[in-house]
Amino acid sequence: MRVALMVTCFNDAMFPETGKAVVTLLRRLGVEVDFPAAQTCCAQPMVNTGYLDEAVPVVRTFVEAFAGYDAIVTPSGSCAGSARHQHGIVARRAGDPALTEAVAATSPKVYELSEFLVDVLGVTDVGAYFPHTVTYHPTCHSLRMIGVGDRPRRLLEAVRGLTLVELPGAAECCGFGGTFAVKNADTSVAMGADKARHVRETGAEVLVAGDNSCLMHVGGMLSRQQAGIRTVHLAEILAATEASVPEVVA
Amino acid sequence: MSATFVGMPAFPSAARAALADTQLRHNLAHATGTIRDKRARVVAEVEEWEDLRLAGAAVKQSALVDLDRHLVRLEETLTANGATVHWARDAAEANAIVARIARDHDADEVVKVKSMATQEIGLNEALAEEGILAWETDLAELIVQLGDDLPSHILVPAIHRNRAEIREIFLREMAGVGRPAPADLTDEPAVLAGAAREHLREKFLRAKVAVSGANFAVAETGTLVVVESEGNGRMCLTLPEVLVSVVGIEKVVPTWEGLDPLLRLLPRSSTGERMNPYTSTWSGVTPGDGPQEVHVVLLDNGRTRALADDVGRQALRCIRCSACLNVCPVYERVGGHAYGSVYPGPIGAILNPLMKGTGDPQTDSLPYASSLCGACFEVCPVRIDIPEVLVHLRAEVVDGHRGDRVPKAEAAAMAGAAWTLSDARRLAWVEKASGLAGRALTRFGRTRLPGGRAAAGRIPGPGAAAWTGARDLPAPPRESFRAWWRRTDGGRTDHTDTETGEGS
Ligand code: SF4
Repeated sequence: MRVALMVTCFNDAMFPETGKAVVTLLRRLGVEVDFPAAQTCCAQPMVNTGYLDEAVPVVRTFVEAFAGYDAIVTPSGSCAGSARHQHGIVARRAGDPALTEAVAATSPKVYELSEFLVDVLGVTDVGAYFPHTVTYHPTCHSLRMIGVGDRPRRLLEAVRGLTLVELPGAAECCGFGGTFAVKNADTSVAMGADKARHVRETGAEVLVAGDNSCLMHVGGMLSRQQAGIRTVHLAEILAATEASVPEVVA
Repeated sequence: MSATFVGMPAFPSAARAALADTQLRHNLAHATGTIRDKRARVVAEVEEWEDLRLAGAAVKQSALVDLDRHLVRLEETLTANGATVHWARDAAEANAIVARIARDHDADEVVKVKSMATQEIGLNEALAEEGILAWETDLAELIVQLGDDLPSHILVPAIHRNRAEIREIFLREMAGVGRPAPADLTDEPAVLAGAAREHLREKFLRAKVAVSGANFAVAETGTLVVVESEGNGRMCLTLPEVLVSVVGIEKVVPTWEGLDPLLRLLPRSSTGERMNPYTSTWSGVTPGDGPQEVHVVLLDNGRTRALADDVGRQALRCIRCSACLNVCPVYERVGGHAYGSVYPGPIGAILNPLMKGTGDPQTDSLPYASSLCGACFEVCPVRIDIPEVLVHLRAEVVDGHRGDRVPKAEAAAMAGAAWTLSDARRLAWVEKASGLAGRALTRFGRTRLPGGRAAAGRIPGPGAAAWTGARDLPAPPRESFRAWWRRTDGGRTDHTDTETGEGS
């Protein structure tokens, strides 16, 4: 099986440790993961802001970079959703049959990390060790756009040393929403403040999610409130073992 | 707040004002939270809920696909039942028809059963100009009308008011327009409802003309359907001599059978009840029983415009249950007025641009009044993919500005981003620059995230201030993932600490 890591432009530029964690984790599970260097972005920032024409060359770059892989794994529910549900819309609107065909071949092979681990590799215990109290925020796109269900929870529950505590109002949006956070900044902050309050209520040391964008938003708020709660991507927890705790989560 | 939506500011500024009103936020959070839990409980009781949703969506969708045919059939059956059918292209035509009917009967007042369509066309204001007073008889509508306020919810138009505020409105306003509220009025819900009932009774008994909307209109039998909780609607539908129903053309359901899933979906989705307390149906005139003159005004007012939109058409399936409002995190915090329309919340964010057309700043701001969290789609009983339509309408807004002589800063930024993101080498270059900028960035309000990562505190400048006003921003790392992959051959030769390694 030829497996590609779709790191996403956001993780690439802002959270490289998450990409490294996916590599570490998959290798430990016996999967040799490739990083197609031609990859850039899933085009979601353009699509969700209404710039569909601008998204066309980005989608084209995407399908060219990932053509020929059996599975494309990404540590982002949001970007997986974009590739699976929005690329077809962009290609159809561009009136480009070749692009539409390429998208149809690529999109179904995109897996969010927890889907790939549970559905493709068939594992829930990935041999991880993380001795902390953790609460899990199921990001909207993981939850509703691609429907990862309880897969992340099952993976977390199998992590040795980890205590998982329930997050009140977990299914509610954190208020990030891409450009929503800037265009409707006041509403976004009001939503984020409530999410941050719920996270504090759990007493957890760490907030975990499958999307660094939401974590950056809520984490930025928790940091400003000096709540002392870290935000860690799911991949980094799953990559951590007794022998090698990745530095970000050490 | 006076009773017109005209001239509302665009969503972000209206939202800011609403967010500052802590009483409003409290009222909303409490009300939507309660109704949300109730809905979830009763929906969970129905095992085949998903099948029911599919059936409901299918009924409405098939009605829309052949809307012209079903409307002609509806006109035939209604006429055969003794009703008079009128067609109104827009608000002005519809208002003129209703005013003429009232005048023909020398009526200087009408009673109304809650109708969003008449609110949409501003019927009360139009009648007032003709010297005809319109009395709302739905409790929540009455509260809004007496308070010279605007509705802020589809089903609970006064959701933004609490009991104490309602008591004050009743005490202050009822006397001026009819039977006063009792002096010892308390804010007990039953006492408030009792005062409203007494106040309305004299109006029901006096009125010659009633105005209603309809939840559904069955084409094959010429039957109109109204569901409600209080019974006041039924008083309007049965007591007066003349009944005028203003019905949006998307309310058509081809067959009586098609009502079945819809009448099961609606109460659970809207009020979290298993069944509506009152379901009234009427088919034209029944000699000696009920109104002896029945008019039906079939209203377009932008609906054919929405119908012509391939992606947006599904919004016309809406049965106005308001479930999407009650789960929307944006609506919960800013309330209904910020949407500047009788249709607020997620459905309003798509329905208004679809019916009015994009192009003015207020309408154009609505498709962006969402974080695209998808909660609305999840609860919608007729499976309207609201996030999909929102994105589609955002594209319409953007495309509407492609010819601008001076492009918006955002358009330039998106074009730049697309250029960068369509080539990995360009992206790598930008990442390198951002790594350098990251070190500069942290000099503004230097701070550290828990765990030690450098971050920026408050930074001036439009976009940055919007972000960092309330959130610390992690500084970009020295080395991007792709730079690390290249340097270490995907981690195979990486034995150094990546933070201090090359790439800086
Ligand atoms: S869009 Fe759906 S959920 Fe919202 S009011 Fe209409 S039918 Fe109800």
